Amino acid sequence: MEYVSPEGLRLDGRRPMEMRQIRAEIGAVSKADGSAVFEMGNTKVIAAVYGPRQVQNKSQQMNDQALVRCEYSMANFSTGDRMRKPKGDRRSTEISLVIRQTMEASILTHLMPHSQIDIFVQVLQADGGTRSACINAATLALADAGIPMRDLVTSCSAGYLNSTPLLDLNYVEDSAGGADVTLGILPKLDKVTLLQMDSKLPIDILENVMQLAIEGCKAVANYIREILLENTKQLEFRRGV
Amino acid sequence: MRGIELAALSKTQKLRLEKVLEELESLSSKVNSDASVIIADSIAVNHEDAVLKGHGTADLNGEVVATLCGIVERVNKLIYVRGLRSRYKPEVGDIVIWRVVEVVQKRWKLEINYSQDAILMLSSMNMPDGVQRRRTAMDELNMRGIFEEKDVVCAEVRGFQHDGLHLQARSQKYGKLKGGQLLTVPPYLVKRQKQHFHHLEEYGFDLILGCNGFIWVGEHIEAKDDMVEDQVNQSEPQVLLPNRNAGNLEEQEKNYTTLETRKYICRAANAVRVLSTLGFNITLEIIKGIIELSLSLNIDIHEMLGSEFCVVVAEKEAERRKSSKRKR
Repeated sequence: MEYVSPEGLRLDGRRPMEMRQIRAEIGAVSKADGSAVFEMGNTKVIAAVYGPRQVQNKSQQMNDQALVRCEYSMANFSTGDRMRKPKGDRRSTEISLVIRQTMEASILTHLMPHSQIDIFVQVLQADGGTRSACINAATLALADAGIPMRDLVTSCSAGYLNSTPLLDLNYVEDSAGGADVTLGILPKLDKVTLLQMDSKLPIDILENVMQLAIEGCKAVANYIREILLENTKQLEFRRGV
Repeated sequence: MRGIELAALSKTQKLRLEKVLEELESLSSKVNSDASVIIADSIAVNHEDAVLKGHGTADLNGEVVATLCGIVERVNKLIYVRGLRSRYKPEVGDIVIWRVVEVVQKRWKLEINYSQDAILMLSSMNMPDGVQRRRTAMDELNMRGIFEEKDVVCAEVRGFQHDGLHLQARSQKYGKLKGGQLLTVPPYLVKRQKQHFHHLEEYGFDLILGCNGFIWVGEHIEAKDDMVEDQVNQSEPQVLLPNRNAGNLEEQEKNYTTLETRKYICRAANAVRVLSTLGFNITLEIIKGIIELSLSLNIDIHEMLGSEFCVVVAEKEAERRKSSKRKR
């Protein structure tokens, strides 16, 4: 199948190096300590953060750092065909783990001993790149909850189809069987915290694809910064003196 | 936008709210225009002076970087970031309101919206009979008679000990709260003040602004003077077992709150709710102002949570801030 037309357009009309439209909103769950909705095109993810709070399971309590937990789930209505998936299947456990490890690396856990932080992410609409969207949403929610972090974590995916590197794959491109690289970076520190890939790529092409994904992550980071700064200003001036 | 359902507002209300918010922004922006930072923003410092890095900051290759979203505060050499939305950070002497989650040996465990549960020792609170003495095993067994799980109680932060945050309730004004409503707001909206207990005589209810973002509005209870209590009790030092089954008719009669008062309690509670959805500071004066506003506009209690009143409150608040600014 042809994923990039001779004119250089992808199936959904984007250029190979073009991202989908992103949109973020802070404060979607009123009872949570921090929450956010993050959209990348048709992919829509909601994240809620609770904590730092008392550790529920005493045996897991750590005396020098906070316990970070993450739960990823997909709403039944999120995919094209409505499927009743059992909770805790292999895919979602794996993604929960990935998100937890990525966020834990950036949270300053040593500042909140004896406590736990819960991150809940749920996919409301799935159209490829849910992993990246979840990480971006979780970052926003953690920042909203006032949890100290080393840096924001932003994530974006890139792939390689029809001998063209493509940024931010959607569902059709994702399931095409080509390589799919999900990358998470710390934009300020300029470090990679997450790198996942399915199927194989020659090393020189991987470099190009990764570079593309880094550009994507940075674009996401700029947008997230704008949203957070706007939110902080709003909260401050509304409160007044 | 947090809290306010913009969809619920009509077109004109939306415009009015936007105008008010712009006004508020212009009022505050003159004070600190670039003090807002977000995570990983570098904070401009004068490197010739020594710098003390406070909360919410970190060092990155010699640069001072924020680790929180908030406002940069500078006190002499100290630079710190005051985070906005976050959980409560206790300070010694704060008045907090909390809910009992566990009754364990000699202590109650309490949820105070902090990263750990707080502890109230049996020995750091006044006994209901007001006598000062050693706590006996009998008292320990009767702990549930004083506070049970899910009770709402008010106390003061005593400080950190090795096993966590300790509280104390050594006065008659602290203790179990009954006959009212508990509201939760983001803790940054409640400012520390000299007085957190308020008795609004004209409406006949008590208002307690807990520093941890829990606010209590309830029927007025006359605080008994400790000293008088002591003298009275010294003559008859027998232990009064708190009788939980005393909820007989007589007791109920005594605890009956008049409809009038209950209505005012609801009014005050809704005032707090409106303020917290708008994200405005919560103080006694502002709450009083809103109650008066709702009374003068003849607004029903349930209508106070409607979009129209929300916009009116926002407009009023902008006006108030403008006038207080002029005075300064």
